[in-house]
Amino acid sequence: MGYFPAVEILQQEKLTADCFRISLICPQIAGSARPGQFLHVKINPGLEPLLRRPFSVHAVNRETGEIALLYRVVGRGTRLLAQKRKGDSLDLIGPLGRGFDLPAAGQRVALVAGGIGIAPLYFLLQTLAGAGNSPDVLLGARTAQELLLVRKVQELVNGGVLKEQLSIKKGRPGSHNGSLSTFPGRVMVATDDGSCGHRGPVTDLLAGLLAEEKVEMVYACGPAAMLKVVASLLERYGVDGEVSLEERMGCGIGACLSCVCKTRGGNRQDFSYRRVCLEGPVFKARDVVWGD
Amino acid sequence: MKKPNLAVEIAGLKLKNPVLTASGTFGFGAEYTPFLDLNRLGAVVVKSLTLKPREGNPTPRLVETPAGILNSIGLQNPGVDSFLTEHFPSLRQFATPVIVSIAGNTVEEYAAVAEKLSRAAGIAALEVNISCPNVEQGGLQFGADPAGAAEVTRAVKGATGLPVIVKLSPNVTSIAEIAWAVAEAGADALSLINTLTGMAIDVHRRRPVLGNLTGGLSGPAVRPVAVRAVWEVYRVVRVPIIGMGGIVCAADALEFILAGARAVAVGTANFLNPRATIEILEGIEHYLEENEIADINELVGAAHIF
Repeated sequence: MGYFPAVEILQQEKLTADCFRISLICPQIAGSARPGQFLHVKINPGLEPLLRRPFSVHAVNRETGEIALLYRVVGRGTRLLAQKRKGDSLDLIGPLGRGFDLPAAGQRVALVAGGIGIAPLYFLLQTLAGAGNSPDVLLGARTAQELLLVRKVQELVNGGVLKEQLSIKKGRPGSHNGSLSTFPGRVMVATDDGSCGHRGPVTDLLAGLLAEEKVEMVYACGPAAMLKVVASLLERYGVDGEVSLEERMGCGIGACLSCVCKTRGGNRQDFSYRRVCLEGPVFKARDVVWGD
Repeated sequence: MKKPNLAVEIAGLKLKNPVLTASGTFGFGAEYTPFLDLNRLGAVVVKSLTLKPREGNPTPRLVETPAGILNSIGLQNPGVDSFLTEHFPSLRQFATPVIVSIAGNTVEEYAAVAEKLSRAAGIAALEVNISCPNVEQGGLQFGADPAGAAEVTRAVKGATGLPVIVKLSPNVTSIAEIAWAVAEAGADALSLINTLTGMAIDVHRRRPVLGNLTGGLSGPAVRPVAVRAVWEVYRVVRVPIIGMGGIVCAADALEFILAGARAVAVGTANFLNPRATIEILEGIEHYLEENEIADINELVGAAHIF
C-alpha cells in the first residue's frame, strides 16, 4: 500500500450514458494490487469534493504499469471525476482492503455482476483467465444500453464469438432466456426490461447455474439487494461465495469506523460490525448480515 | 536563525510540538504508520474508550456536506481492557505521548475507565469526552450543562493522577460558562471543540441520510465556530486550551493558536491527506521562521487585545 499524490491520467472513456473508465499510470499499484482491492481517490485538491472516494481496481497491466477504474456517476464526487481529462492527475492511496480469495485450481467459478459491479470482477476475471480458469460470467443491467463490457468480458472468458443470446433484440422483450450451454466459459446477460438476454434479475441466471450443480465458487458485486439474493441462493445450494460490498467511507484505512457492515461472528451472538475498508470490501457471502 | 521552539506544555505534559491528532479520526495510531512517523507528532489522541465494548450506531454513519462531514459512529470501540492488551503496547513504543479519550454511560463509568487507564503505565493524559453528539448516554447529557460537566470532571480527577483534559461541546448556549465550571472542578486542560450536531436528508428517498438520523459536523465548515469558542474560553479561564475544528493547513492551526490555543488537533483532515498532521507541523515551523518568531508560545492568544 502506498500514497501517490499525483498519478497521471492516460485516458478517460465514456462507456455508457453515465459510466466511465479512467486509466492511469502507477506501476506500484499495478504491480501490487490484487482483485477486489480498492483505491481511495482524492478527486480534487482542496474542499470540493472534500473526502476521498473509494473505487475498486478495475484492471491492471503489470507490464505497462497501467491501472483502470470503472465508475458510474452517482453524485458530486463522480461528477467531478468525469470532468477529468488526459494529463490531469489524481491523488491515490492504495491498493487497500481485502480482495477476493482466488479459487482452488480447477474449481468451477461463476462471477455475478450487477451494473457497475463488473468493476472489480473484471480484474478478477483477468486474473482467472491468466491462470487458465474460464469462469461463467453473469452480467446484469437495467437495459441493453446500460450493459457494460460484454465484448471485453467475452474475449477474456474464451476469446470466442459472442453468443446469439447477446444480440440486442428489436422485437418482443423477454422472449429469450439466457441459455445454459456447456461449461466452461459462458457469458450470460440479464436485463430488467428484457432488451438483451434474460428478462429479469441477473440472480435468475445464477439460480439456473446453481440448480445445474455446475458451480463451486461464486464471486459477486452489485447492489445490496442483488447481493442479498446471491447470498441466499448460495446458502440454499451450499455453495461458497464472496461478495464485494460498498459503504460510505471516511479514512479508508480502518481508523474512523464509518464504513462498517454487519457480519456474523465476533463477540456477540447477533452480529458484529466489521470495516468494509479493512476487513473488506470482499466478505464471505455467508458472513454478511443483510439488511431489509 | 536558530530553529524556533515548537515545544509546548499542556497540563504539566511537555509536548515537542503543538500538533496533535483529534480523537476518533486517528484510530489507535497504528493505522497511520504507513504514512507518517508517529514520533514526529506532539501527541496521539486515540479513539474514545468505554468500560465495555460498544457496537456503535447503524449505517450509514458518514455523509459529506459542504466543506464538512457529518458522522454518527456512536463511540464504537473495543473497550478499555482490549485497548490496553491489543492496541496500546505497540503505540507506546513511539516517543510520542499517548492521550486516551474516555467516555461512559454514567459518572461512575467515566471514573472506572480513568482508574483502569491510570493503572497502566505509559499513558500521558486522559481526554474526557463529554461532548459526543451521537450517543444517548455518555455524551452531551454531561457536556451540555455546567453542573454535569463539573461532576464528571471531579469524578475523573478523583479517580486518576493523570492530567485530565476535558473536551467540550459547541452545542451549548455558553461554552465559556461550561469551561469555567470544568476548570473550577479541576480540569488541567480543555479541548475545544467536539462536533456540531447536524443533519442531512436524502431528497430522493425523503429520509435522513444517517442511520442515527443526526450526526456531528466536522471539517472546515465548523472552523469559524471553533475559533470563536477558543477565543471566548481563553478570555475566561487560565487552563491551557487544545484547539480543533476543521484544521486542514498551517494557517488554520495558527488561527487557533492566535485565538488562545496552546496546541491544536487535526481531525477530518487526516481523511483527506493522511500526512496532514506533518504538513501542518512543517507549515507552522516555516511560519515562525519566516516571521522571525523564536517560540510558538509567543503566539498563544496573541490576537487578543486586552
